[in-house]
Amino acid sequence: MIERFSTWLVRHKSPLLIGTVIAAVIFPYVFTSRYVLRIAILCLMYCMLAVSLNLMSGILGQISFGHAAFWGIGAYTAAILAKNHGWNNVGVLIVAALVAGLFGLLLSLPVMHLKGYYFTITTMVFCQIVRVIEINWMSLTNGPLGIMAIPKLQIFGQLIKSQQAYYYLILILLSLTTFIVHKVIHARMGYAILAVRDDDLAAGAMGIHVFKYKVLAIVISSMLAGAAGGFYSVYTSYIDPGSFTNAVSNNMLVMVIFGGLGNIFGSFVGATLLTVLPEVLRGFSEYRQLVFGALLVLLMLVRPEGIFGSVNFKYIGQRLSLEKSIAGGKHHE
Amino acid sequence: MLLQQIINGITIGSTYALVAIGFTMIFGVLELTNFSNSSLYMFGAYITYLLYSIVGARFFLAFTISIVLTGVLGYGVDRFALRRLRKKRAPKLSGLITTLGMSMVIDNSVMVFFGTDSKSFTNFMDFGKFYVGNAVVTWTQVIILSVACILMITLSIIVYRTKIGKAMGAIAQNQDAARLMGINTNKVISFTFIVSGFLACVAGTMVAMYYRSIETSMGTSIGTKIFAAAILGGVGILPGAVVGGLVLGVVETMVSAYISTGYRDAISFTILILVLLIMPNGLFGKKAVNKV
Repeated sequence: MIERFSTWLVRHKSPLLIGTVIAAVIFPYVFTSRYVLRIAILCLMYCMLAVSLNLMSGILGQISFGHAAFWGIGAYTAAILAKNHGWNNVGVLIVAALVAGLFGLLLSLPVMHLKGYYFTITTMVFCQIVRVIEINWMSLTNGPLGIMAIPKLQIFGQLIKSQQAYYYLILILLSLTTFIVHKVIHARMGYAILAVRDDDLAAGAMGIHVFKYKVLAIVISSMLAGAAGGFYSVYTSYIDPGSFTNAVSNNMLVMVIFGGLGNIFGSFVGATLLTVLPEVLRGFSEYRQLVFGALLVLLMLVRPEGIFGSVNFKYIGQRLSLEKSIAGGKHHE
Repeated sequence: MLLQQIINGITIGSTYALVAIGFTMIFGVLELTNFSNSSLYMFGAYITYLLYSIVGARFFLAFTISIVLTGVLGYGVDRFALRRLRKKRAPKLSGLITTLGMSMVIDNSVMVFFGTDSKSFTNFMDFGKFYVGNAVVTWTQVIILSVACILMITLSIIVYRTKIGKAMGAIAQNQDAARLMGINTNKVISFTFIVSGFLACVAGTMVAMYYRSIETSMGTSIGTKIFAAAILGGVGILPGAVVGGLVLGVVETMVSAYISTGYRDAISFTILILVLLIMPNGLFGKKAVNKV
């Protein structure tokens, strides 16, 4: 069924893409309720995080349980800059990305020698360490109380306050993220990263600088997560260490695997479903997490590779264009 | 003072070790990170708590039934989810997500049934205390440590000396080859899960008695630590899990006593990362041979 759906998706690629963009642009004018908009904004932010994590875990193949750490580092950087240093322009997002990228670099250096679950445990532990520092560095992070009243963002001298504006901001950030990750995958660098994922020894033997590509992928991924973190802190204007736990990291990984590792479209679907589903289940209140867990198990039983994990969109596209050209040839005869 | 800290550290470490043994067994056999293990640990403690009032304050009866029930739940996690995934030859990650989902189901079922507030638990192994030099040692601490040691020795004998243990080793190396050699892989894996459920329940109940309280978040707080303890000692090596747990416990207590309570977790985890960098296979691990 999914294969058929994917074929349909690829066949109607351009109208669907245009339709999605239009729908995404007019969305805040159709649904003006604060609650719906808030969920939409968070949903787009999680899409951004899932796509960036996909670069590390799906494309590079290093399963990370610590993505929330980069998100948190970005959020704290933006919050501290905005609150203590009076920065409230787009610069905070850039600096947040850069600082998170720096930590990504630091993490990637020792991690290079570790493989498989050793990388996983290191990322998990990294997330814990970052959270403990966030809790304990009272003078900088205000400890468990978190940072309150973070100033809103200012663009071209205009203070952005409305939900709509933040919606468009995250939409732009998400588009940028998708663009970057898509470019990375489909450039020479992406093929190198994929080769490193499949067999780094063989890739090294073919002359690919394994170390460089591993570091690059991790740094780009952490920078994107940092930018999402910066957005989160200026949008919610309140952050505390409780938002950046291992449970959140797990959640992000679940989004990526749910949609299918290494598949950008899958990450979108995974992030959207896993952000919206808990809200839909809110009616069940206390049974919410229970139902959510059960659904997770069920999905894994039905499609162990994630929804779009075994679907190769590129291959479908090539097959369709071949079919089209054959049909076109017949027509001309 | 130093001796006291070491003793406290060893006690905490031996509770980590107890859970880590079950975790490392599954990790060793299936290379699967079993997230539901820490949920079983919490579940075991709550079931003992519930049964204690049902069976009329007979602790050992309640404890025994609880151990059996947790073992059954551990079996259920494997039987109804993971076995099907194995049959489909699903990627390892989906097994991991499944255990994550299972752990959410178990955690939240307990939360719905018992509520999220912490409950007080009576200490049934409170036989007073004695002094070693200036340090106070409670019998509870002695019992926890002895139980951890006894279980470790028993399980090491099972894993390294018996037929079923050899079968586990065979499955860890190659499941298909093990099946071809006439090993009933599903049976052996189920056995592993049941044992890890038993251990989780024993650990949960003993920790609950040591701290005299249970809460639904007790599983999540120990989750990363047992992972760390298992990796520190070397994956799949039972004495390694125990030593890893003890080292982690002692380091944590030392750090919180002499440096800072707040940075306890951060420093012990930093040490863990350093150990991984220096000895990537853990304290007891053999050097893995990479296939080219």
